[in-house]
Amino acid sequence: MSLKQCEGSHAVAAAVALCRPEVICAYPISPQTHIVEGLGEMVKAGKLSPCEFINVESEFAAMSVAIGASAAGARAYTATASQGLLFMVEAVYNASGLGLPIVMTVANRAIGAPINIWNDHSDSMSQRDCGWIQLFAENNQEALDLHIQAFRLGEELSLPVMVCMDGFILTHAYERVDIPTQAQVDDYLPPFSPRQILDPSEPVSIGAMVGPEAFTEVRYLAHARQMQALELIPQHAARFRKIFGRDSGGLVRPYRCEDAETIVVALGSILGTIKDTIDEMRDEGYRIGALGIISFRPFPLAAVREVLQHANRVVILEKSLAVGIGGIVSTDVRMALSGFNLHGYTVIAGLGGRSITKSSLHKLFRQAEKDELEHLTFLDLDHNIVNRELERQKQKRRSGPIAENMLRDVVVIAARIS
Amino acid sequence: MNAPVELKERFHQVELEPKDYRDGVASFWCPGCGHNGVLTSLLRALSEIGVDPQNLVSISGIGCSSRLPYFVRSYKMHTLHGRAGPVATGAQLARPDLAVVVTGGDGDGFSIGGGHMPHMARKNVNMTYILMDNHVYGLTKGQASPTSQRVMKAATTPYGGLEEPLDPILYMLTYGATFVGQAFAGNVKLASQLIKEGMEHKGFAFINLLSHCPSFNEIDTAKTFKSSCEQLDVGHDVTDVSVAIQVVQQAKKDGRMPTGLLYKVQRPTLDERMAELVQRVGGHKDYDLRKVIDLARP
Ligand SMILES: Cc1ncc(C[n+]2csc(CCOP(=O)(O)OP(=O)(O)O)c2C)c(N)n1
Ligand code: SF4
Ligand SMILES: [Mg+2]
Repeated sequence: MSLKQCEGSHAVAAAVALCRPEVICAYPISPQTHIVEGLGEMVKAGKLSPCEFINVESEFAAMSVAIGASAAGARAYTATASQGLLFMVEAVYNASGLGLPIVMTVANRAIGAPINIWNDHSDSMSQRDCGWIQLFAENNQEALDLHIQAFRLGEELSLPVMVCMDGFILTHAYERVDIPTQAQVDDYLPPFSPRQILDPSEPVSIGAMVGPEAFTEVRYLAHARQMQALELIPQHAARFRKIFGRDSGGLVRPYRCEDAETIVVALGSILGTIKDTIDEMRDEGYRIGALGIISFRPFPLAAVREVLQHANRVVILEKSLAVGIGGIVSTDVRMALSGFNLHGYTVIAGLGGRSITKSSLHKLFRQAEKDELEHLTFLDLDHNIVNRELERQKQKRRSGPIAENMLRDVVVIAARIS
Repeated sequence: MNAPVELKERFHQVELEPKDYRDGVASFWCPGCGHNGVLTSLLRALSEIGVDPQNLVSISGIGCSSRLPYFVRSYKMHTLHGRAGPVATGAQLARPDLAVVVTGGDGDGFSIGGGHMPHMARKNVNMTYILMDNHVYGLTKGQASPTSQRVMKAATTPYGGLEEPLDPILYMLTYGATFVGQAFAGNVKLASQLIKEGMEHKGFAFINLLSHCPSFNEIDTAKTFKSSCEQLDVGHDVTDVSVAIQVVQQAKKDGRMPTGLLYKVQRPTLDERMAELVQRVGGHKDYDLRKVIDLARP
């Protein structure tokens, strides 16, 4: 085992490099930049031969180049975040629709407006229905491992895979990670054998127009392949364990759930803080546990139901917001629990990088224990600022841009406090 | 759509010092950043024209350069990376009585937003586009941009780039911009003069300001920009696009960058053509929707 203290982005770059990619293309955007810069450096230093690193003029071009490369039979990789993911969306759907197993890191970041570079899950969540597999990493080791699994899984199914890792919280954090050997990765990940390829000796066309006569069937197959992924993901995690000697990936990860009355569901790096809070509450006698969801697409309905069905209540803590309804993950969890009579609470937290502190979680979980939570809670919401803006809007038709107004209020309030 | 408006009315002239156009927000550019020169030049041009800040709209995309509107007393929009141009087009068409200025980077304008550039030029949208060209992506901390020299070593190109840089002014001349100029951002006299003329020009004015990024571009420094800039001949014919193109290409061969006003012609602007169309066809902005529907009835 070679443990190395490194930045999350460099751990991912090392993992991608070990997967022997043949074409890498990206357009810079925070907090993804360090990943592709790391890879660019390796390619240009000749450490990653044969591999092309292509600077492109936008994310739309990045995904399009990856599509072309993958269709030509190359193992293709890109990375993005936030506005970049949104800008490439048309091509993102194209990649999955064509069944091209591209792997992409999403360094999760909020979406504007208002512009915000900090972490939440709005970007990849917005793409939940695009047909890509979406895996969420809890820490840097898992981010590294999931990329290796992503190539294996995607290529087996001929589906693209998004590995989501929390921007800054993981991408820019230094942690000790075990970087596998090339032999281990080669053992786990066979060379790319495309299901379809642009090959002059056996010509095919990729991207035919399909009318109502077969469109539903093509889409159905996309869904069926994700259902197949539900079976494959645990198998690949088991094989990963055999070769690399650690648990990484899989569909879900329960923590102290056996006798739990309350279970907190979450994705990504916040699980660390949640588990610490749970440990402290367990010491006080609370029967509480956590369920981490690693595979968000496909969504593991059965695995989630299996863990949650014996609890009394579930708190779903989400770093994204489905405006107009509340939770995104919650909707899926509720689907898993249809027919069961549980208290369900949606908590929107950490938007645009707001810290989710242990003390806030303690308070929140204790309220949940007493079933005193609202069905939808915005963690640590400052009602004062919201009410000021609402008041302004009531007073005046032309009340001005909301973000600018609120910022001014925050400054005024901060000045008063200090 | 409002009718096009004459210069004087558009600027709503007032008497203000350059500093009066400076918004209170403190600059967050690095010390020594060339973008400061662009700001100074713009403030000076605004003062010389005497634009009423109430009649000024400054619009940008995303990048260090795109933060410029924060620092200027005006209506401002900080939009999406690469989209300042079309947003400005919309604002200009809706309010031809305002002066519209776009500021943005080489990445913003010629990478991700490159698809919009020909269309603003060929449409001759009545606005001023200032490219703050530092040959690098500054905000994302130093990656190669489409104007980076091939030999520049940057984060994603540690051994230099593979692609030839593009020349924004050559593109804009070919795309059909009706006003094209270039200056070193540190040459406030020339830069402000070009901005002033560009804003007074009726039509799409494109001004390339070579603006160094001391933090991430080690090869295009204030010194190298300054020494390779070469003022156009006094007799340069600004009305002939092929002359302008030739001058740029020759300078390029000689390793120089021509500065000054390269090209300037008059052509109807988009809002003028639209007003003319409304005149000709008899449309009106307060049209009666029911009458339109009636027209379509069988
Ligand atoms: C869709 C999208 N992709 C990427 C980014 C990240 N990004 C912000 S600014 C920028 C480039 C900045 O370079 P330039 O436009 O030349 O401006 P400068 O900072 O050099 O002034 C990039 C890549 C973004 N904001 N949005
Ligand atoms: S990074 Fe470069 S362009 Fe950005 S503010 Fe600093 S010097 Fe200017
Ligand atoms: Mg730039």
